[in-house]
Amino acid sequence: MQISKRLRIATLTAATTALMSTATLFGANAQETYRIGYAISKTGPGAPGAATSTTPNYEMWVKEINDAGGLKVGDKQIPIEVVEYDDRSSSEEAVRAIERLINQDKVDFILSPWGTGINLAVAPILDRAGYAHIAGTAVTDKAPQLAKRWTNSYWLLGTGEQYAVELAEFLKGLKDDGKINDKVAMIAVADGFGIELSKAGREALEDRDFELVYDKTYPLGSQDLATIVNEIKSLGVDTFVAFSYPPGTLGLTEQSRILKFNPKVFYAGVGTAFPLYKNRFGDDAQGVISLGGASENDPKIADYIERHVAFAGREPDRWASIVNWASLQSLQQAIERAGSTEREAVNAELAKGGFDTILGTYKPGDQNFWQVGQWQDGKFVGIAPTSMEGAQDLVFPKPDWNGAQ
Amino acid sequence: MSILTADTLKPIAIGAVIFAALAFLPSLVDNYYMSLAISVASFAVLATAWSMFSGPTRYISLATVVFFGIGAYTVAVLGELMPFALVLVCAGLVGTVIALLVGFSTLRLAGVYFVIFTFGLTELVRQVVSWHEVNVTREMGRYVFLDITQNDIYWQLLALFAVLLLTGFILGRSRLGFALRIIGEDETVAKHCGIDVTRIKIALFVLSALFMTLTGAIMAPRWTYIDPVIAFNPMLSFQVVIMALLGGPRRLLGPLLGVIPLTLLFEVLTANFPNHFSILLGCVFMVIVYLLPNGVIGLYEKYRPPKKRSHTPNSTKSGETPA
Amino acid sequence: MFSYAVFSGITLGGMYALVAMGLTLQYGVSRIMNLAYGELVIVASFVAYILMTTLGINPIVGLLIIIPASFALNWIIYRILLTPLVARAKNRGMLEVDSILATFGLLFIVQGILLVWFGGNYYSYDFMNNAVDVFGAAIAANRLVALGFAVVIGLGFYLVLTRTRIGTALRAVAVDPTSARLVAIDVNFASCFAFALGGAMAAVGGVLVSMFLTFSTSMGVVFTMKALIVVIMGGVGNMLGALVAGLILGVAESLVATYVDPGLTIAITYVIFLLVLLIKPSGLFGRSSS
Repeated sequence: MQISKRLRIATLTAATTALMSTATLFGANAQETYRIGYAISKTGPGAPGAATSTTPNYEMWVKEINDAGGLKVGDKQIPIEVVEYDDRSSSEEAVRAIERLINQDKVDFILSPWGTGINLAVAPILDRAGYAHIAGTAVTDKAPQLAKRWTNSYWLLGTGEQYAVELAEFLKGLKDDGKINDKVAMIAVADGFGIELSKAGREALEDRDFELVYDKTYPLGSQDLATIVNEIKSLGVDTFVAFSYPPGTLGLTEQSRILKFNPKVFYAGVGTAFPLYKNRFGDDAQGVISLGGASENDPKIADYIERHVAFAGREPDRWASIVNWASLQSLQQAIERAGSTEREAVNAELAKGGFDTILGTYKPGDQNFWQVGQWQDGKFVGIAPTSMEGAQDLVFPKPDWNGAQ
Repeated sequence: MSILTADTLKPIAIGAVIFAALAFLPSLVDNYYMSLAISVASFAVLATAWSMFSGPTRYISLATVVFFGIGAYTVAVLGELMPFALVLVCAGLVGTVIALLVGFSTLRLAGVYFVIFTFGLTELVRQVVSWHEVNVTREMGRYVFLDITQNDIYWQLLALFAVLLLTGFILGRSRLGFALRIIGEDETVAKHCGIDVTRIKIALFVLSALFMTLTGAIMAPRWTYIDPVIAFNPMLSFQVVIMALLGGPRRLLGPLLGVIPLTLLFEVLTANFPNHFSILLGCVFMVIVYLLPNGVIGLYEKYRPPKKRSHTPNSTKSGETPA
Repeated sequence: MFSYAVFSGITLGGMYALVAMGLTLQYGVSRIMNLAYGELVIVASFVAYILMTTLGINPIVGLLIIIPASFALNWIIYRILLTPLVARAKNRGMLEVDSILATFGLLFIVQGILLVWFGGNYYSYDFMNNAVDVFGAAIAANRLVALGFAVVIGLGFYLVLTRTRIGTALRAVAVDPTSARLVAIDVNFASCFAFALGGAMAAVGGVLVSMFLTFSTSMGVVFTMKALIVVIMGGVGNMLGALVAGLILGVAESLVATYVDPGLTIAITYVIFLLVLLIKPSGLFGRSSS
């Protein structure tokens, strides 16, 4: 017993000292910098999504501010210092990483992790500790209730319902013009996102007298969806809707191209607005519809995309990246407007809104971004809500697939 | 072999004192250390429960997360319908029933077949739960809004661990424990002694699964949101196996010797090397495999003072055979 | 509809078999339960991606570089990392536990390195995605190529293992390394050779799969698990078994997607796998173990 106990104590002390030393290492110059912390999925199933929509934006934001000398707080320029962790796509790791950021690193502000589940896992902790929570990559039908439950939380991407309803409304317009028939085939990934959108989509489409001739799900992680496309092809639909995740989105598009399944409206899910999609399908991306969108003619957006390419070596996605960037711009302005790094002051400014961002005048949580977009000549432009400024006309019907070379 | 002798009372008393002291931890440290303590406590229960079955039988089970996830899901489904204590009872019942089913169908498999089977079971359960949620409830994620604080979770885990250790301790001194050690040494011999090997294995499997299920149920309120990917994350099963094997699964306190250093090591690596965590973790694993072939308990067995042995007349040499 | 489901199921199954064959060799002959197997598959996918996108070398030609390179890499892995474990293992069970732990470490190292180099992003490229008409079913050319490789490798190795001297030696090592030594078989060499060969097959699988699947650094474990299922189901060490098991799973998935519910495709593979294990624990083509 004796040795085991000694050994245990020894390891404990060693580990604790290691922890403490990192804490003091960072703590030493706490006053001269604004400390930003985040825990993000660098590994595990969430890693590709985080690496597409979130991490490059965080890094680019910090770099741009520091290159300019730092945040302008009052009459001082305060550079940003970053503490980052890998949550390994696990809720439990994320919870602990956030506790570490709050209690050990004592950071000034915490940027959100990636994904619905993990954002929900950390939300109560951030709320209890008085940190604002700008959830950049969570889609949940509870978004409005959550924003009330945790007062300093902002759910940037809104509810699944809003995307589905906007799409259904847009399709109704096409149907009323006699451009498409009333048959819709819908497929969704069996994950929180896919299920919320398909549930809302089902109701919204049926309310608008569409007939869902195919309505199934596929398991998360599955990319081999040939049989699904083949079956849908025989159903005579003008509209194909896939609430899919990136691997499935690419798989479905590829199979549709191989089977020459070319409905008049081809809607694919997350991943369509990624640069990956354009690189993969080239001209065949033309006419494909998805959620998100960018006013690419807007100089601010064009400038953002250009800077992103220069920084990360690739374009941002045209959905979550843009919204996330707007929220980061808001955060910077909130700190500068508050003229203080005090958390309460910054939180209060954030809640006031009225920030000048790439989405125009913006407050985190505003849903003033494109719900439906389309690839047109290598750009993923916004087409709905049609009432929004800069809405482009739909390329209709979707042109034939050229096929792979 | 009476339980209540001076020889058995002493460790129980010492254990009680240690656990009583640990219960005061929340008043001493901040939330971060509490979350670390929860991590250690939950893995301690899981790894010890795992070893309860896998130690003597040498079956490497990757089904830990099946039961952990079932516990978490039970809370997600029932959490707001009844008091939490009742939810825990339900979770325990569900876990027991499923463990019985799994036990009856799989324990005839041996070696790697059992390993892969238990892994396959994880995926199957996850897929079936997903399919059920998609087609029956039409809601994928479930929200768990319960008023349970981090400290409550810690105390519950601590109590669970105490019960587990006590169970293991009594088991080790009972006729059943003796039978187990014979099974662990040689199953054929055990059969010849008239031991009903299958029944004992199933009983152990169910007991170990019960503790895993309860751990999952206790941990669930910590995440607010549960979906099949979160609840049935196969990484957890692997972590438990590694920790238990490192510590030494054939002694009651062995797994703990793996859990504490590894949890702290993971923590130090995560905290300091967010971008190189995987590489360092991999290297640490390699080092453990090459330098600590018999686990931490092996080190202890190697260096412990020999006269200590007379204190535990029941102990066999089983701990010295490599796990 | 039915014929399409069967054909696309066969191509899918061919992919599963292709990815699993290397593991059946590594586990069957060398007795290394290689948890890092899928990472080695992914490494080959990334190499193929690099060759294709930066040097314009098409993946099939790239195999000429990738096969010998991965053979060498796996040879080194076995010699440096695994030989000490094999040497100290007193029995098969010990080696199994040790190799699980060691390759689990290797998994993290390889994944970590990929992560530093490539980041967490999805990768995908366009190669041979044109449709080919097979009895009226349009199937992607790259999937047919993968199926072709699977059949050729599966049958080819089946013949090599059953009809040649070296094949007999490998099988002897697989059955009983101790006795194999008695009949003058260099067990260490045979194990190392089989491990390296298995690694090269993993690389072939990775290259071919990268032509039609979207992959990322964190996807290796998916391949490991799929491969394990196919290996165990087909019978450890049996190439033909792996081929048949892969095809069964592929066709079953495809039929379930068409006639039952695409949401159950992954569930059905595990149901079949678990049933096979329960009815015939040593796999479809496995020797019944003692």
